[in-house]
Amino acid sequence: MAQLVSLHDAVAELVHDGDTMAMEGFTHLIPFAAAHEVIRQRRRDLVLVRLTPDLIYDQMIGMGCASKLVFSWGGNPGVGSLHRFRDAVTNGWPVPLEVEEHSHAGMANRYVAGASGLPFAVLRGYRGTDLMKQTATIASITCPFTGEELTAVPAMNPDVSVIHAQRADRDGNIQMWGITGVQKEAVLAAKRSLVTVEEIVDHLDPVPGQVILPTWSINAVALAPNGAHPSYAHGYYDRDNGFYQQWEQISRDRDSFTAWMTEHILQPTAADGGATEAAS
Amino acid sequence: MTSEGTAGARLGWTADEMMTIAAARQLRPGTSCFVGIGLPSTAANLARATHAPDLALIYESGCLGAQPGRLPLSIGDGVLADTAVAVITVPEVFNYWLQPGRIDIGFLAAAQLDRYANINTTVIGDYATPTVRLPGAGGAPEIAASCREGIIIVRQNPRTFVDRLDFVTSVGFGTGPGSRERLGLHGNGPQTVITDIGILKPDAANCELTLTALHPGATVEQARASAGWPLAVAEDLTDTAPPTAEELQRLRALTTT
Repeated sequence: MAQLVSLHDAVAELVHDGDTMAMEGFTHLIPFAAAHEVIRQRRRDLVLVRLTPDLIYDQMIGMGCASKLVFSWGGNPGVGSLHRFRDAVTNGWPVPLEVEEHSHAGMANRYVAGASGLPFAVLRGYRGTDLMKQTATIASITCPFTGEELTAVPAMNPDVSVIHAQRADRDGNIQMWGITGVQKEAVLAAKRSLVTVEEIVDHLDPVPGQVILPTWSINAVALAPNGAHPSYAHGYYDRDNGFYQQWEQISRDRDSFTAWMTEHILQPTAADGGATEAAS
Repeated sequence: MTSEGTAGARLGWTADEMMTIAAARQLRPGTSCFVGIGLPSTAANLARATHAPDLALIYESGCLGAQPGRLPLSIGDGVLADTAVAVITVPEVFNYWLQPGRIDIGFLAAAQLDRYANINTTVIGDYATPTVRLPGAGGAPEIAASCREGIIIVRQNPRTFVDRLDFVTSVGFGTGPGSRERLGLHGNGPQTVITDIGILKPDAANCELTLTALHPGATVEQARASAGWPLAVAEDLTDTAPPTAEELQRLRALTTT
């Protein structure tokens, strides 16, 4: 059974320095409020795992939370570059960032293997690319039945996975819909998991295309209204595209980035998740 | 950036608009198309708004058959989920739909392209100490491998059309004839490259990209000067038809909303 706890307490208990942590959400339902709490609690040396680092990891990398990034596409979606990610890779600021680089198909299959309790996944992927030379977690494998040469990637089993969903009921069952990306796999692959939600309701009324995570498959649920902002929560609010565009300017320069994070994220706010609203 | 303002000023459209329209024309009605964000998404949605309303757009966020009424802001825009025939997970889109060859066309952009239409979207410079760190692979390596055919849209200049890629992110024809077969890539590889200067297709014998059409106002000299290798030019070089009034109007309606 998942515990219903505050975001502060959930992060304090479940996210540790040095953890391998996945915070998933494919453009949609990105758990920004939880990331901001991790930043406020000054976690360090995290191995951050995510298909698309997006602004959420740009902020965490720029605040010095991460020593390594495992990813497949590191841009500001629809806008341009992630400047804090680039600064960390090319200049080691604020701390050096090791990268382990994959494709989306490879990352998705790593979570699938992790969720399936298997040591690796097999796919037709990467062949002929330089990713096979640069990334140690990509290897060739021969099919024992046909002799075909395929590609293997190791299971991804994060110490902790964090996702954001639309709703939970009072027992801690989770309901999400719209684009649900790799969130189910990321949670089921993890040793520990935290789900933040827009609201907690008495009954989870069915929604077309819903994904349900039973309460006994996760550790903690925390209420975080607007907790995916500036990304979006289908049925609740749209993406704050203006903020994604503003991030280009805010993040381009180390000083303006630090000033923005200090003012909007680090300085204490009235409630968990309140800091995310300051961004709009 | 390149020829904008030359053809554009004279002819009433920009080189980027001609490129996007020429790319949209390549998308046949009734096919399915795996769409990257940016220029491919613009061109694919233009095709839907003009000659191919039944084009099935596949976005890697898991949206199958998306029919957005405006350009999506990202590959995971809510308008894609709202209008899709089906919304599925990311593992499913890659494993069940892309990998077995169910998708006709893979439509990609590139930061660098070589003569065999291999693509770099990872780094400029050395991998460990890059001059420019680019976003990386995303879905592209497997899209380039497994779609029945590839279409690439890229502005053509000496920085993008290079003799040697700094990093091979996605494979076109590898090192030439036989490469795809040796690597076990099931798709037929890139069949069309659309630039702001013209259209290139792989030579049937040696797989090298060959200029087969020039956009209005562009010249062979300009195309050659914009490539980092001795660019092959087809003997039966054709001219791209200029944008129609409808194409321009539909494109501008898409990109200004």
